[in-house]
Amino acid sequence: MDAKDILGLPKNQLPIPQEKKSRPPKEPQRKPDGISREVYALTGGLAPLMPSVDASQLRRHPPPDEKITWQWLPFTNSARKDDLQLFHWVRVVNGVPPTGDYAFAKYNKSVNIIKYTDEEYEKYLTDPTWTKEETDQLFDLCERFDLRFIVIADRFPSSRTVEELKDRYYSVSRALLSARAAPGDIANDPLVKEPYNMSQEVERKRALSMVLSQTKHQERKDTEVLAEAKRITESRMAAKGPEESELPVAANIGPENSQRAVVSGDAVTPSNATLPSAITASSTLMADNASTLASLRMLRVYLRTYALDQMVQAASASAGHRTIKRVEQTLQELGVNLKPKVPTKAVCAEHLELRKEILSLLNLQKQLQYKEAEGTSFHDSPYSETPGTPKRTPRGDQDRPFMPDPLSFGGDRFGKRDQKRKAPGRSSEAAQSPSQSKRPRKMKASDI
Amino acid sequence: MSSRKQGDSQPSEDGGTAGVKRIKITKSSEDPEKKGLSRRLKDAEISLPIVYGTIAFYLGRKASESQSHKWTVYVRGATNEDLGAVVKRVVFQLHPSFNNPTRVVEAPPFELSECGWGEFEIAISLFFHPDVCDKQLDLYHHLKLYPEDESGPQSTKKPVVVESYDEVVFPDPSEAFYCRVQNHPAVIVPRMPAGFNISAPDPAVPLENTNERERGDTKDHPLSQWFMNFSEADELLKLAAARQQVQAHIVKLRRQLSVMDGMPQLSKPPSAYE
Repeated sequence: MDAKDILGLPKNQLPIPQEKKSRPPKEPQRKPDGISREVYALTGGLAPLMPSVDASQLRRHPPPDEKITWQWLPFTNSARKDDLQLFHWVRVVNGVPPTGDYAFAKYNKSVNIIKYTDEEYEKYLTDPTWTKEETDQLFDLCERFDLRFIVIADRFPSSRTVEELKDRYYSVSRALLSARAAPGDIANDPLVKEPYNMSQEVERKRALSMVLSQTKHQERKDTEVLAEAKRITESRMAAKGPEESELPVAANIGPENSQRAVVSGDAVTPSNATLPSAITASSTLMADNASTLASLRMLRVYLRTYALDQMVQAASASAGHRTIKRVEQTLQELGVNLKPKVPTKAVCAEHLELRKEILSLLNLQKQLQYKEAEGTSFHDSPYSETPGTPKRTPRGDQDRPFMPDPLSFGGDRFGKRDQKRKAPGRSSEAAQSPSQSKRPRKMKASDI
Repeated sequence: MSSRKQGDSQPSEDGGTAGVKRIKITKSSEDPEKKGLSRRLKDAEISLPIVYGTIAFYLGRKASESQSHKWTVYVRGATNEDLGAVVKRVVFQLHPSFNNPTRVVEAPPFELSECGWGEFEIAISLFFHPDVCDKQLDLYHHLKLYPEDESGPQSTKKPVVVESYDEVVFPDPSEAFYCRVQNHPAVIVPRMPAGFNISAPDPAVPLENTNERERGDTKDHPLSQWFMNFSEADELLKLAAARQQVQAHIVKLRRQLSVMDGMPQLSKPPSAYE
């Protein structure tokens, strides 16, 4: 047998279970008993290396040395406060019912609420905003509902917010703890180490609910503002390094602030300066460059390729991932290395400028697309989604071999629609050479 | 280093060699050595073009399982000039399976030869002279032993050469460094405005190891026939051509946009347009 060969075992009889011997050489043809043919075939038609259990053995029951009966017996539950007796099936072994408490009683846990006496209340726990009665009620509810403050707040007779209740409960507990115990012992108690801060909690919940209820539009604006803030703080840090007096620092931040482009025009930067809205992309790039240069100067030594990478990143900071891929595609079509092979100062500068120009080219194309979309949508009916309407393109020139398919840049503004459109656009690009006319098809889709 | 005080107006934004050079005067001691180190030249970056890489030869008949290739890793000046004026030593960190994987080369030419069978990443750390920079610079290079084209047996005559060009930039060089290298062939030093006079280096600040050094340049290096040529002219030409193309298209698009802005009522742009 092959298995035995692999193991290097002699081919004669071994002290292994019977079924091995009952399977002589012709394995694939013989279907062994106990398992179905298909299952056996799964093993490759070979005997398993481990001795398997004979199926007929499975049906045998273990010899019963105990007498098992099942009886319908009453039981009590120590978790209950009354003496209710219920019934259930019990597995009785040899006439002896099982001992011990009801199995689930151990799960009846409750919270350990501190109890105070009246004198203690007078001494430590009085509070102008809480009466003793209210505090007593609060503690009673806490006991009953295991510190589930949402429920407690619901049941509380006078209307109090969850935060107020929590605050009262935790401060009372903390006061009691510190009053009763020596100061050194309780330093590690969580009540003392992390006191409940009501105002912070209120604020936090409010902020959470605001975040939860944000619209998509707001979300996007927020991320933009945050990115700007990050850039400003970084440039501030970089600018603070080499400069020591206050004046240059303030002056550095001043022009950078005024140069920051605000995309939507009405977002306010964290520095609380309202900015002029119509800023061109180039001034943002300049500000980015300045901050990158400043941070580079902080390093005593760096590689020019590293510097170029930083500048490229800074220049593309406002561009989405897709746009960056477009830029790289364009570079490749132009026959330019994505990372210069000979990165001298001049080459790096030219490379950077080229990238910036490509970015502005892509932006212009996007703008042109918007204008076209606007222009055509005025005239057509709202249901102009029929793909069969060919339109003339204003851009009839075919002599731009490297011009990337304008359809493919939906940009981030078009949102989800872009995802679906890109697939046909991409495949058409791959299928034909870029200079052939696929314009009519492109125009169709952009009419939507 | 020592404290600096800014006396002037703000720094220029483009960081190039043009513009006013400002020297930061320090309040530190009048010790001439310290003075040279602490005066720094702002907006005057010094750059050192280098080429680093590996050359690997297949050993052919002499190859064994564990030593099939003889390879050399090195850092050289891009024009094969001596780097020793700037770089004090180079540390090559090899694969841990090598004995003493941290190899230190104290003098130029900064290279290291070894025999082996495997490809791995070599970490190259450049350490500079004290008046140049007190921080090290790390480069990484993947050792390539096997040629791209796998057809046929490897030749023992033609090695596998992988080189990378890069420039080490010192954005804020000290005066002493500047003086020392202003006429050095391996270093690119910016042109200073007329009237900018830096005195000759103070003899009290000698470079270490200047005395018994053998030649450190790689012009006649035994492997120099395999060194690659890096010419920025090609790349500059291509970049300039690309920029021209892009600019031309930008102009066209801008024209179209302004035309479209002029006629908002039109639904279909006239076909006569380009």
